[in-house]
Amino acid sequence: MSNIVIIGNGIAGITAARHIRKLSDHAITVISSEAEHFFSRTALMYVYMGHMKWEHLKPYEDFFWKKNRIDLLFNKVDEVMPSENKLKLANGEVITYDTLILATGSKSTFYNWPGQDALGVQGLYSKQDLELMELNTKNIRRGVIVGGGLIGIEVAEMLRSRNIAVTFLVRDTAFWSNVIPKEEAELIGRHIHEHHVDLKLSTELKEVVKDEANRVKSVITNTGEEIPCEFVAIATGVTPNIDFLKNSGIEINRGILVDENLKTSIPNIYAIGDCAELKSPLLGRKAIEQVWYIGRMMGETVAINICKKPVAYNPGIWFNSAKFFDIEYQTYGHVPSVLAEEMDSYYWENSTKKLAFRVVYNKQNKQVIGIHNFGIRLRHPVCDKWIRNKISVNEVMRNIRDAHFDPEFYKTFYTDMVNQYNREKGESVKLNNWSIKRMLGIA
Amino acid sequence: MKIIQRIGLILFLASLLIFVAVFSLGRFSLTTQVLGEVVGKANPVYHFLLPHAEPILNKEFSNQFSFVSELNRIMENANIDLIQDLGISESVADEYTSDVFTSEGLQALKPEGYPDSLWRNFEDQISWMIGQTYNADEFKKRIREFNHHDLVIGYGVLNTKDIVFQLTKASTVGFLVEYRWLFIFICFILSGIGAMLYFIPQLKETPAGIKNNGIFFHAATNRGWIGVITGTFLISFYVVLYWFPEYLTNWVVLVDPLSRAVSGNAASQWFLYGFLYTVAMLVMGIRMLVKYRHSKYQQVRTVSVMFFQTAFAFLIPEILVRLNQPYFDFKNMWPLKYDFFFEWNIANHVEGGTLGMFMLVWGILLFTVGVPVLTYFYGKRWYCSWVCGCGGLAETLGDPYRQLSDRTLKAWRIERWMVHSVLVFAVVMTGLTLYTYFTQSYSLLGVSTYDVQRLYGFLIGAAFAGVVGTGFYPFMGNRVWCRFGCPLAAYLGLVQKYKSRFRITTNGGQCISCGNCSTYCEMGIDVRAYAQKGQNIVRSSCVGCGICSQVCPRGVLRLENGPDVDRTQAGPIVFGNDGVIKLSEELYNH
Repeated sequence: MSNIVIIGNGIAGITAARHIRKLSDHAITVISSEAEHFFSRTALMYVYMGHMKWEHLKPYEDFFWKKNRIDLLFNKVDEVMPSENKLKLANGEVITYDTLILATGSKSTFYNWPGQDALGVQGLYSKQDLELMELNTKNIRRGVIVGGGLIGIEVAEMLRSRNIAVTFLVRDTAFWSNVIPKEEAELIGRHIHEHHVDLKLSTELKEVVKDEANRVKSVITNTGEEIPCEFVAIATGVTPNIDFLKNSGIEINRGILVDENLKTSIPNIYAIGDCAELKSPLLGRKAIEQVWYIGRMMGETVAINICKKPVAYNPGIWFNSAKFFDIEYQTYGHVPSVLAEEMDSYYWENSTKKLAFRVVYNKQNKQVIGIHNFGIRLRHPVCDKWIRNKISVNEVMRNIRDAHFDPEFYKTFYTDMVNQYNREKGESVKLNNWSIKRMLGIA
Repeated sequence: MKIIQRIGLILFLASLLIFVAVFSLGRFSLTTQVLGEVVGKANPVYHFLLPHAEPILNKEFSNQFSFVSELNRIMENANIDLIQDLGISESVADEYTSDVFTSEGLQALKPEGYPDSLWRNFEDQISWMIGQTYNADEFKKRIREFNHHDLVIGYGVLNTKDIVFQLTKASTVGFLVEYRWLFIFICFILSGIGAMLYFIPQLKETPAGIKNNGIFFHAATNRGWIGVITGTFLISFYVVLYWFPEYLTNWVVLVDPLSRAVSGNAASQWFLYGFLYTVAMLVMGIRMLVKYRHSKYQQVRTVSVMFFQTAFAFLIPEILVRLNQPYFDFKNMWPLKYDFFFEWNIANHVEGGTLGMFMLVWGILLFTVGVPVLTYFYGKRWYCSWVCGCGGLAETLGDPYRQLSDRTLKAWRIERWMVHSVLVFAVVMTGLTLYTYFTQSYSLLGVSTYDVQRLYGFLIGAAFAGVVGTGFYPFMGNRVWCRFGCPLAAYLGLVQKYKSRFRITTNGGQCISCGNCSTYCEMGIDVRAYAQKGQNIVRSSCVGCGICSQVCPRGVLRLENGPDVDRTQAGPIVFGNDGVIKLSEELYNH
């Protein structure tokens, strides 16, 4: 039995702790300075919007930790001393470990804008950020959001839920168009307008203007426009939260460098989740992937590496999901914002119902590469299997009903999708009925 | 938009206020005519009542409490006279000498000149003692009971409480009666219009989608002061309805013309209840249709409960009465309808001819065949969130409170014990009822069937289902009764758990543990606990309302009927982690 210490109680650290407990009798201590108990970071927005209370964000009841012999320490780690297998806490206390897992997550990225230290300027990542935002947005009239990504649109939705006017500065020519193709980006853009958000495309923040009390008074954009506001949300991405490791001797780059077993340059120290950077990223994937699901997968993987035997981190076919105000989004495999030379794609959209579907495939052999869908729900295991088995795009269209995951009685558009596909691509695919057998084949 | 909504809200609140005010607006005047109509001039009781009523005849009361207390005084005094004249002396118990209580022996005890009809009533009341060892104390107890409670019944009218209710209602005079239609318009039409003005503009206000903004900030939906007032109002309403109906006659007077229009009869408190229930469901059902306008599932389901309440629970039974057929709700079934096998109910149906017999058979087929078959194919939702009246009210009037259901493990433990205990109670009570029906023996092992029935009716039928079940919406969520108390839900749940094709499917590894599903589960199921593990949800309590699937921001949950093998897809590894999935068998299944 050894003594395992995990820094960070987010999805990565907690998944690791849970699986270590399942696989072993090791002593487990989880240290966090953010919250006493694990909570769902992705749901912070819902507390602000009044959909849920803080306690609803906790996936496990408070008794869970004691019952599973997972010790929780609400404290901050100031320093890691790998040579002595020790940690120094903010209160001066020193803790020893046999194995250390770093799961410290991210922090908001600030690009050194003039005036960014003004009161009322903040990012949104942590519980503390949420509490600060609650204070910063009390009785305000307008907030400005900088950065057109997933956090930016969440903040927009949060502010709109309290009827606060929103100006949304997005660098690209369409919302999130560095990640999703233009048609989809425009569909979301129209929906953002529908929610009365002043979406300013091709616009960047140049400067934050403060008043005498050091509070934000307005922002000035790169187009020279001055927008009066009482709140600025910086949502230009997140960076691994690893400042405290600078002098620890652990090898770091943008994140903490890890090998395929998620091990750092120090043999008994691992890093997982948002803060980990793969030394050799998997084909077509990034070295740092700051996504809930990645944290969860790395947590599972590191537990096996520590408790059982070396196993390479292999997250399989990429998937992700999000929600843009009322439009749900799911993506499977690779759907790039701009198609590569060898790719082709088929896009279907129903603008009035705000639905969209795209399948990306190889031009030559027609093998499917990625699928994503807006306002429609598709079955994860089915899409995963299609992409994994590289079936042809015609097969995907023919069997698209197998992936149907919308609630019962919802109007479906598969016939329309396939008809348009046949027209555009000169194919003659005949839509299959939903098949329980095919569905079970993948289950 | 905002202004229209505000006007709607004010209109609604004002008419609600007027409706509440009606509660105390009546003026009352007792006349010999009213007394004669309610009790019947030919009824001997009439002559016992008349002298005591004399002092207040034709006097106008503006206070219902003092009027009712006068009536109670009249009843009490009349009863004393009745007992004096017609009470059975307890001493007859000592005259009985034989060891075994026989019907011949009982007949011999009849006092000289005692009215036959009344004596027959007494015999009915104690016939269960026949054939048993004679117990003088028990016999005396029954005589006392008969003298005090049942003497008036003996004359084929009603019990005293009902007479007071009827008299109060019939004595209502003044502008409440004169302007009845105006009040009906204000209380039921204007309030409905107000509610519509409040709900319908939401169609245009924001794009369709899940809008739970501010639910946990609002005093109505987060156990704030509005919630406390609403809950107190509902609880008081049920207490008065079940145990003190003589105080809500003003409302009953109000709906009298409606009752006459539907069934041809004067309204009882139960007609009032059914009417308010239906109106509440229709108005709040429209709110549901607006709120979930993006979801066909919610729309179809809501229209379904609105239809079943209006047609099956409210209109059809009343129309049946108009056609001289037994009152019957074709969708209500045992054990929720716990008095289905009660002697009087069976008798009612048997006397009701072909249709009555059909109802009896239908009622039995519903729970013996309908439940297993339909629950196997569709889960218990076919009943609980599509058809049931209690469920229908929970899904419409109760929808704003669904987030208040306790989802802790502790609550689940209590729930399982409680709801299954009620099911056992219902089965035992019904078993006893049938035993009595077939053997005509009124007790088993010293337990009186009637007492058990009465206890069930009081504890479960009224206190739990009504007072707690609905009154606690703003405190404990909208499914308190369905979760903790409904024996039918327990029965449907057992079928759903052990033999059904229904499940909530989790979409691979897409869950982000946000907690919306668990928060908005009205049954307090911790949906997330399953979804985040990639497991399907198979829980006996799930009523299939589908809201978890709606509020999920990642499209992870889907209500489905599919093959019943391996419904849960329980595995240790969440979908997607290829490196680990290959090892899962070896690592976790030792």
